[in-house]
Amino acid sequence: MMSKHWSTLKPYFLAAPQAIALALFLVFPIVLIGVVSFWEFNGYSMTPAFTLDNYIGIFTSDVTLKTYLNTFKFVGWVWLATLLIGYPVAYFLSFHITKLKWQVLLFLICTIPFWTSNIIRMISWVPLLGKEGLVNQLLMGVGLIDAPLEFLLYSDFAVVLGMVHLYIIFMIAPIFNSLMRIDRTLITAAEDMGASGFNVFKEIILPLSAPGIAIGSIFVVTLVMGEFITVRLMGGGQAASVGKLIQTQIGSLQYPLAAANAIILLTVTLLVVFSILRVVNIRKEL
Amino acid sequence: MQKRSLSFYLLAIFFGLFVLFLYGPMITIFILSLQGPDGTLTFPIRSFGFYWLGQVFQEQRVGNFVEPWQRSIVLGAIVTLLVATMATLSAMAFRQRFRGSTGLFYLTIAALIVPSILISLGLGVMFQIVGWSTNWMTSGLGAHLTWALPIAFLIMLGIFNRFNPSYEEAAKDLGANDPKTFWEIVLPLILPSLIGVSLLTFTLSYDEFTRTSLVSGQYNTLPLEIFGMTTNVTSPALYALGTLTTLFSFTMIILAYITVSRLNRRQRG
Repeated sequence: MMSKHWSTLKPYFLAAPQAIALALFLVFPIVLIGVVSFWEFNGYSMTPAFTLDNYIGIFTSDVTLKTYLNTFKFVGWVWLATLLIGYPVAYFLSFHITKLKWQVLLFLICTIPFWTSNIIRMISWVPLLGKEGLVNQLLMGVGLIDAPLEFLLYSDFAVVLGMVHLYIIFMIAPIFNSLMRIDRTLITAAEDMGASGFNVFKEIILPLSAPGIAIGSIFVVTLVMGEFITVRLMGGGQAASVGKLIQTQIGSLQYPLAAANAIILLTVTLLVVFSILRVVNIRKEL
Repeated sequence: MQKRSLSFYLLAIFFGLFVLFLYGPMITIFILSLQGPDGTLTFPIRSFGFYWLGQVFQEQRVGNFVEPWQRSIVLGAIVTLLVATMATLSAMAFRQRFRGSTGLFYLTIAALIVPSILISLGLGVMFQIVGWSTNWMTSGLGAHLTWALPIAFLIMLGIFNRFNPSYEEAAKDLGANDPKTFWEIVLPLILPSLIGVSLLTFTLSYDEFTRTSLVSGQYNTLPLEIFGMTTNVTSPALYALGTLTTLFSFTMIILAYITVSRLNRRQRG
């Protein structure tokens, strides 16, 4: 009797620490953000209240709305770039590298930078892209340009480049995973029946890797949505994102306003995630 | 010898360029940190030397980075211990269905993909309301957990997926209780993977920046300190520090990969 109870209760005890940690450091803080977004802010401190002023302020401010649009622009570009670069990389690893040992090694090479410091990876671009950076020196040396290209660093271009560099592994890994699961006999069968390489890709490989693309897209979209650090370091002064806006508001202790922005950001992010999930069924991958 | 198609070579070149894109910038600052005293933040290099690597340890050059480094190590160790324990336990729980398992799974994924600014803001607000001041050991620890725990959990799930339960069942049939089975059968079998996961968790925490950035309180961890330096350190000492800490991370990662493959091979053979 005792042992039967124990075996049904066991998973709950085992999972409890993780559930508690996430409740305490994820769920509770986000609930508080929701609560505080309705509070009042009087210039130096916040007081409990129920006001929609924070939200109204956001939706009626042109500057804020532009910041949102700019954020979506970053999301769109980074998503497109990570997909267009990440897919061929994952495809090459899964279909053209046949030895498992090499596959693992090359994939690990792709993942190693992910474990290192984002800050350092970002700073590393400066000597390459700066006005006196290597890229400009090279281009001027070859005579392609007369004056250094200014847009390479501290620009929207640099922000997108930096984010692609940081987050592309989140696109590659899920796509690689779903490509690896494709039954290779399907492809042989299609080829035997006379399908061209392009048709095999369009009719078999692409649809079967769609869940991987979906998972990668969810990662990239959510990561870029709240980005503020790349925008700060690579974007110079003018570049704006909602993440950076929230960070600035926290800096001046405007917690209710920051919270309202965070709730809107979260809502938009969830909408994107759910629409991706509606289009592609990812359950098989989990 | 199988004949390679044209698309193989094209994609191979593409892959090569991608790897260059991944590592090129890092290699650039490695090279730039190996300059002589007349070095600057950009090319061309006038002389080579270890001058700036030495300068990292001179306080007046880059500020005091030793204490932030120690903080990062301590925090990383605590996070690793907590995360490895929690992830192992819950991954074991997920070997059987239980009510709420789907919910917990999605919650864990949510922790990974929630925009990081929300973690920072949420913890900040939480501490503000409770009346505690933020600190790298408390709010910082919470922020690190939300990042490292989901990743470690997902890896542990994969490890237990491939885990053959018959050893455990055999132990139980012979009368071993759950704790005994865990310590004498399960743990030794997953140990190599667990060590690998721990090392990776450590580097995740050691390099974490975004989630901690607004809730570390008065004292910085190393990545935060480095971020501060980007605005006021204008010598290659910054690159030298970047090089040193990246090499430190590399060592951890490679150690993790080697541990896992070594011990796995030994177990199989």
